[in-house]
Amino acid sequence: MAEKKSLGKELTKGFLDENPVLRLVLGTCPTLAVSTSVESAIGMGLAATIVLICSNIAISALRKVIPSKVRIPAYVVVIASFVTIVQMLVKAFAPSLDEQLGVYLPLIVVNCIILGRAEAFAGKNNVLASAVDGLGMGIGFTIALFLMGFIREFFGTGTVTISLINDGKALWSPIFGENPILIFILAPGGFFVFGMLIMLANKIAERKGKPKAQLHSCKACPMFATCTSSEKEDCDR
Amino acid sequence: MKIFFSILLTAILTQNFVLAKFLGICPFLGVSKKTKTATGMSLAVIFVMVLATAVTYPINTLLVNNGLEYLQTIVFILVIAALVQLVEIVLKKYMPPLYNSLGIYLPLITTNCAVLGVVLLNIDNGYSFAESMVNSLGAGIGFLVAMVMFAGVRERMESSDVPESLKGLPITLVAASLVSMSFLGFAGLVENIFA
Repeated sequence: MAEKKSLGKELTKGFLDENPVLRLVLGTCPTLAVSTSVESAIGMGLAATIVLICSNIAISALRKVIPSKVRIPAYVVVIASFVTIVQMLVKAFAPSLDEQLGVYLPLIVVNCIILGRAEAFAGKNNVLASAVDGLGMGIGFTIALFLMGFIREFFGTGTVTISLINDGKALWSPIFGENPILIFILAPGGFFVFGMLIMLANKIAERKGKPKAQLHSCKACPMFATCTSSEKEDCDR
Repeated sequence: MKIFFSILLTAILTQNFVLAKFLGICPFLGVSKKTKTATGMSLAVIFVMVLATAVTYPINTLLVNNGLEYLQTIVFILVIAALVQLVEIVLKKYMPPLYNSLGIYLPLITTNCAVLGVVLLNIDNGYSFAESMVNSLGAGIGFLVAMVMFAGVRERMESSDVPESLKGLPITLVAASLVSMSFLGFAGLVENIFA
């Protein structure tokens, strides 16, 4: 019973308390880049979730085989393999999504969330817990992306379009008529909406007595482990 | 010659890597507290970007000729990681002053999406070797411009009175949004110059 309870916790911690995007501030590049529409946001979220679960399972299963000195390159190879598989699947079965995500699909390789979870969790825990952790973090990532995508598409076009629902037509007629707030879809809108979401997440965390989301210049980076000690001190200047 | 200038200006201004393409956001937000560190990081990025393009371009040709395009992602990330390690060793041995100023940032660059991004974008755009090199240089300079500008904004923000709930990361992102908005002004510039 205790085991089950802790697994549930591993799953749900990624949703809000340790949300990889809004609380840990990881994976900011894809969050900002593909959140111009709900569809591409969810597509990216799902692709990253699949990679995250698979790589967490593989790395956790191999954790006793991989020597700790070369673990980062080994993790990167595992992650890159799964990204390539997902990339081929998306190209074959969802070519329009592949077009929307473009270069950001292969760039899942360097998504800090995935390498970060491999380093912080999968390399130390058993396979089941790692898979659950990957699922939870993936869902958390997808939630954050969905929020960003929804807000940006809603204000930027006045409506939301998902090709699988309602025959690819807009879900409702644009509420701003001919003049939506286009800036939300453009780059500045991405930064702005992300800032506002982090502020909200901070507010919620504050109420629970947790600290604000911090961007650690180096500590959040998975490559931090490979820095030498003198460099680590320089890092936080 | 015209096309090189067009690629260079596009990469620096209209399609700025950080502010328009959202590549390399982690260092953009994380290492931009001081102008000095921002410059150091950016120079290291320019260096690695150009070098990575020079190395991966022939490798990509080799992969394509053998029908192994699907290995691109794996091969490139490994080549970049190995390259960064190599650069670090060479700099440490032969150019200690340069190592002291850039060395800290090198490991961080391996997982920087800007470097892998520029390599993949060069291939997606079907650039020739020379065009790829120019694009990488432009992307790196664009990164430097964005970093230094933003570091300047942040240094000023330290002494300003920010609403309590926006303190920290949110106000940084709002500032980034404004800097990014200023770059929207360059839209159409390059096309009109070289039209």
